[in-house]
Amino acid sequence: MKIAVCIKQVPTREWQPRLNDDRTWIREQDVSYELNEPDAYALEEGMRLREKHGGEVVVCAAGPARVQQVIREALARGADRALHVEDDALASADASMTSAVLAAAMAEERFDLVLTGLQSDDHGHAQVGVMLAERLAIPHSTIIMEVRIEDGRLRVKRELEGGWFQWIAMPLPALLTVQSGINQLRYATLKGIMGAKKKEVRIVPMPAGLQSSQRIVSLSMPARSKQTTMVTGSTPDAAKELVRLLRDEARAL
Amino acid sequence: MILVVAEQRDGTLNRATWEALAAAQQLAGEIAVKAVVFGHSVGSLAEELAPAAAEVFLVEHPLLGTYTPDAFTQALQHVVALLGPAYVVLPHSYQTRDFAPMAAVRMGAPLITDVTGLTGTGASAAFVRPMFQGKLTSEVRHQGEGPRMVTVQIGAFRADAVKKGNPGRVTRLEAPIDRAAIRQTPEAPFREAKQAVDLGQAERIVAVGRGIKAQQHIALAEALARAMSAEVAASRPICDSGWLPMDRQIGSSGQTVAPKLYVALGISGAIQHLVGMKGSRTIVAINKDADAPIFEVADYGIVGDLFEVVPALISELEKQSTDL
Repeated sequence: MKIAVCIKQVPTREWQPRLNDDRTWIREQDVSYELNEPDAYALEEGMRLREKHGGEVVVCAAGPARVQQVIREALARGADRALHVEDDALASADASMTSAVLAAAMAEERFDLVLTGLQSDDHGHAQVGVMLAERLAIPHSTIIMEVRIEDGRLRVKRELEGGWFQWIAMPLPALLTVQSGINQLRYATLKGIMGAKKKEVRIVPMPAGLQSSQRIVSLSMPARSKQTTMVTGSTPDAAKELVRLLRDEARAL
Repeated sequence: MILVVAEQRDGTLNRATWEALAAAQQLAGEIAVKAVVFGHSVGSLAEELAPAAAEVFLVEHPLLGTYTPDAFTQALQHVVALLGPAYVVLPHSYQTRDFAPMAAVRMGAPLITDVTGLTGTGASAAFVRPMFQGKLTSEVRHQGEGPRMVTVQIGAFRADAVKKGNPGRVTRLEAPIDRAAIRQTPEAPFREAKQAVDLGQAERIVAVGRGIKAQQHIALAEALARAMSAEVAASRPICDSGWLPMDRQIGSSGQTVAPKLYVALGISGAIQHLVGMKGSRTIVAINKDADAPIFEVADYGIVGDLFEVVPALISELEKQSTDL
């Protein structure tokens, strides 16, 4: 099994957003980055499938040079090698462009299975995986909670809304977007970190002539939909006041 | 024309369809809003949609009876080629997430997903959507040729705001669906072992998020829940980690609740969580990050360390109950 796992580098959860001067993107110099968490589940699932069925796990990423950080982390966790479509123009690329550059870089590898996270913690469009499948001309399914390979075919458990699930079968090669929580994550060991340094990272240039399908006109802090009463003061005072408000004003206790 | 793609399961339109219609009507300006429904024997749904649309297109085919992304993409591509809509508006559901991006690539159409609001109308409209886990709001415009596709986040527009008038005409369209091009074979949907708790019935809920930091601290939330006669619930990452069972998860992939009181402990408030609880009557947020998006929907907020605030709340609640 030749398994690809697409990963993205996103700002850390602790990051406090600051905007660039024209308020169309974030101030990148302030940002510290990490592996997009849903992609960590895809990577873990890829490695578990490799343990069961043999083969290799190749991480694929698109973005500027800084993306090497999460590529190295994925290699340290156990991926075998990496493809990196590197270009500064990909820092804020939309799903259409990201999927196009990944498809161009991945097509000739002829992967048996491509895994992606459910969505990214930055744009959050939840489009790249499905678009990539279409560009690679392979079938897909999304929001997957279990992956089985039976007689060279794929059988996957897809999460539906409201606690419902569905099994779906399809031929390989195929692409799956993986739901968070599908497995228990394992983290890099010291041995893994040392070994990662020797693993191959192939840098692929971005193809020319691609267009974005959307443009961010402005970014802003979210507007409050409610008038929030902020309860301040020392902790005991605030607790007392909140209980009073919930009892007397909101009548919720 | 704006074409709204209705979504149905087992012959029932979902609420998200009406919300997408409300968004389309707001987007329309002078443009006509029409709807399309895909399925097998779903004619009555077209009639149901007719008062809210200038025209309803009914596309029935045995291969559309059970959803697959490959069949639905073929059907949508065919209808869009035939009708040439300026916009295609869909609910942001687990189903459209599965096929809308595929259809967008196949049609060469720009797609903006997870839309929670819009500014302007018609060709000059911009679309509002959360980014960076709700820490920022963006205003986005489509670029390039092709019908502009939009998916509308659940709960962002009001289903009861849909304007209805004289029923529009129902028009049957034939869509040729190539069976050989359908690669997925779906089985019947099922539920896991019966849900032990129906959080939808709870009057009060204490919900925990990543801010709880470790499994052993869940007990603190449980103690607050006891003091408030509340059920304990959680955001997705807590259940992913196995700290609470999946049936206690609130949000787009878990349960949707609207209790009298919802207390969010250390929950940042990503859109996937907010859609599951923002209908609650009174929302309390306790979070150390003053900029956490959860405060946008909160009625009461305390910015502080939940490991200090929650014990103080418990002792206050216990003191008051012994006073009574």
